[in-house]
Amino acid sequence: MSINLTRQGLTRRGVLAGAAGMAAAGLILPCGAYAQTAKRGGRLRIGHLGGATSDTLDPATYAAGPVVTAMLAVCNNLVEIDAKGRAVPELAEFEPDAEARVWTFRLKDGVTFSDGRKLTARDVIASFNHHRGDQTKSGAKGSLEQVKDIRADGDNVVIFELVSGNADFAYMTSDYHFVIMPANEDGTLDWQSGLGTGGYVLENFEPGVRITLKRRDDYWKPDRAWFDEAVLLTINDATARQNALMTGEVDVINSPDLATLHLLQRRPGLQLVEVTGTAHYTMPMFCDQGPFTDPNVRLALKYAIDRQEVLDKVLRGHGQIANDSPIAPANRFYAADLAQNSYDPDKARHYLKQAGMEGLKVEISASDAASVGALDMVQLFQQSAKAAGIDLTVKREPDDGYWSNVWLKKPFCVSYWNGRPTEDDMFSLVYAKGAEWNESHWDNQRFNELLLKARAELDESLRAEMYREMQGLVSQDGGTIIPIFVNYIDVANDKVAHGEVASNRFLDGWKIVERWWQA
Amino acid sequence: MSAPAARRQRPILRMIVGRLGIGVFTLFVISVLIFLAVSLLPGDIAQQVLGQSATPETVAAFRRELGLDQPLIWRYLDWVGGVLSGDFGRSLANGRPVAELLAARLGNTLFLAAYAAVIAVPVAVGLGLLSALWRGSWFDRIANVATLSAISFPEFFIAYILMFWLSVRMGWLPSIADPGASPRLGEMLSRAFLPAITLVLVVTAHMMRMTRAAVVNVLGAPYVTMARLKGVSRWRVVTRHALPNALAPIVNVVALNIAWLITGVVIVEVVFVYPGLGQLMVDSVTNRDIPVVQACALIFAAVYILLNLLADVLAIATNPRLLHPR
Repeated sequence: MSINLTRQGLTRRGVLAGAAGMAAAGLILPCGAYAQTAKRGGRLRIGHLGGATSDTLDPATYAAGPVVTAMLAVCNNLVEIDAKGRAVPELAEFEPDAEARVWTFRLKDGVTFSDGRKLTARDVIASFNHHRGDQTKSGAKGSLEQVKDIRADGDNVVIFELVSGNADFAYMTSDYHFVIMPANEDGTLDWQSGLGTGGYVLENFEPGVRITLKRRDDYWKPDRAWFDEAVLLTINDATARQNALMTGEVDVINSPDLATLHLLQRRPGLQLVEVTGTAHYTMPMFCDQGPFTDPNVRLALKYAIDRQEVLDKVLRGHGQIANDSPIAPANRFYAADLAQNSYDPDKARHYLKQAGMEGLKVEISASDAASVGALDMVQLFQQSAKAAGIDLTVKREPDDGYWSNVWLKKPFCVSYWNGRPTEDDMFSLVYAKGAEWNESHWDNQRFNELLLKARAELDESLRAEMYREMQGLVSQDGGTIIPIFVNYIDVANDKVAHGEVASNRFLDGWKIVERWWQA
Repeated sequence: MSAPAARRQRPILRMIVGRLGIGVFTLFVISVLIFLAVSLLPGDIAQQVLGQSATPETVAAFRRELGLDQPLIWRYLDWVGGVLSGDFGRSLANGRPVAELLAARLGNTLFLAAYAAVIAVPVAVGLGLLSALWRGSWFDRIANVATLSAISFPEFFIAYILMFWLSVRMGWLPSIADPGASPRLGEMLSRAFLPAITLVLVVTAHMMRMTRAAVVNVLGAPYVTMARLKGVSRWRVVTRHALPNALAPIVNVVALNIAWLITGVVIVEVVFVYPGLGQLMVDSVTNRDIPVVQACALIFAAVYILLNLLADVLAIATNPRLLHPR
């Protein structure tokens, strides 16, 4: 086929302009254009960023990378996020009580693990308890602190009792940590065997090298898992990844090098899959320390960064301007009508004067370990801040150990978040008072009240109003500069096809293996 | 065996045994140094694996599970005890036995090193001999300039250039060297060809220059003039009279380069996605996965020790006077 399938989406501002009620948002690629009917067969080969020899099958240690993509094909969750960003039942139908405090999950019939065992409530409970309690080393422990009790009601019903109401609890169960694996006799989780209820079985797993998956014939979803085989190769070098795609060694890669993306796009037979999700760059300041205790100083710094320049130079336009709030257009309750904080040296000076801190001197700690181009971003920030009379010094920190030695330790640094599908999850994790990862030590009474109220509210319009106010508070009073949202970009050849692509992660919400098919 | 021959071989044996003894001691010292060095790095495996999602409790639970809450000296003694009984322990990161983790990677690394060496050593020595024979000629200059240019570029640059022309443009060779789970020999040879050639270009200059210099040196000796005066042909003078006497420094350089081919090719591994030991060691250092780092370091150190020993033995075999340093 010699037709050039490379597609450049609408411009991001064009999308933003029409974003008013865009809950599904961010989906830049018009997919209907080449929607085809899915068919069985073939082999999918992915050149994946982020694998390491230390990868394990233990869901407690999942972060990102080929293991997670593979295990989301081998296993299922209770709930999945669809291309519109909604939580839809996967292994279970769910129902909250009136206060959204007790959630009942009814497992679907006829779901079996690949060794033939039937899925039961015990397996679900083990899969969640793996991330709870004193003994767990799971990164998802924090998300489950709201769970008071998990119990079975017969073989097919699991009941989650929460500490307080949470209307978004169903979303949370779609987190990749909570893949359902079989339970051992003693109720612990058997992750070592790598068994799941998904459409593929793990055939070969060599950490940091390759993962091979084979389709199982008795998969319970009739309209998923089209490829016979999938191979996930770890290719951490960006040039090598692109070469592998160009030479046809792999069919899909994620995270192409933005500097050469326009050259790659010129090549016939390649398609760009670009979505704006919830991932964002942040620069948290400790609100209880030094100059940052004054909200005027925080505002001054927010007005001293040229977001458009950062977007154009660091991301080469592959993202969206953010408004110092972590809630993205891809989120359900995104408030598009809030006033945008933009580059304005005069305003920055004005707020510094209010604070009595003209000629402010601050140091920011940065490393590319936080996110690609983080150092470039702070250097641009340094220049634009100079025009506002702010003397910003950049302290370059070692990549190695950045998250343990710099982040949450230094009063002003760079950080990165993949974002969360729900407002409540994102806010509770990073912006609530006393949260483990409250990277800015922000404590706003009104915000904290609203957080609890909105969490338990089942009325959508009331929630939207509350989340709107909270986004305003974070944006104006918050201690975190959030300049940009970053797009998820994958590049694929014309041997593979797909429907509408989910915007919550790379690679179709990391579900590419079960969702895509052979063209 | 005649008496003089036996006398000649015994000191070599004694030397080998002595050097092996020192080698074992060196390995011990290295293991202590590496253990200390990795412990001095900021952060530990619990923080590295959990990354941004590390909290005090999860880190503590992680450490407890791996026994990292024990004092350093206990962990070291525990590890030494294991190694002495033939057990290299398990990877802290993924719980797999270190021996199993290393086996496949070591095989790949040795395969690539052997592949490159089999091409590079004859080419380098041949080019060196010819340049010595025709020194000052166009051939000499071109060979020198070409090999020196190749060694002057960083290896990833050579790798990208080769990949761009031979793989992306021409489509003759695959750009990814990973041979898959159960490869055949032919597949392995064609997949590893680009990385092997990259390595050949990097190591050739060093060996070729040393061959040339050593042979040129010997060619100035009076006995070579004597041989020429007897009427021996130039090629024969070089191969029969000059080369054997110049072999000691050449063998040493070859040994050092082969050691580098085994221990220093992590960049080529990354660029060509080749699952070798270098990548494993870098990942393990990043993760503070001490058992794996230790095992890799011991293998690398042993490679250096053994290859150096082999080079000395070969040098002595060609020039027994080296056994009796003055």
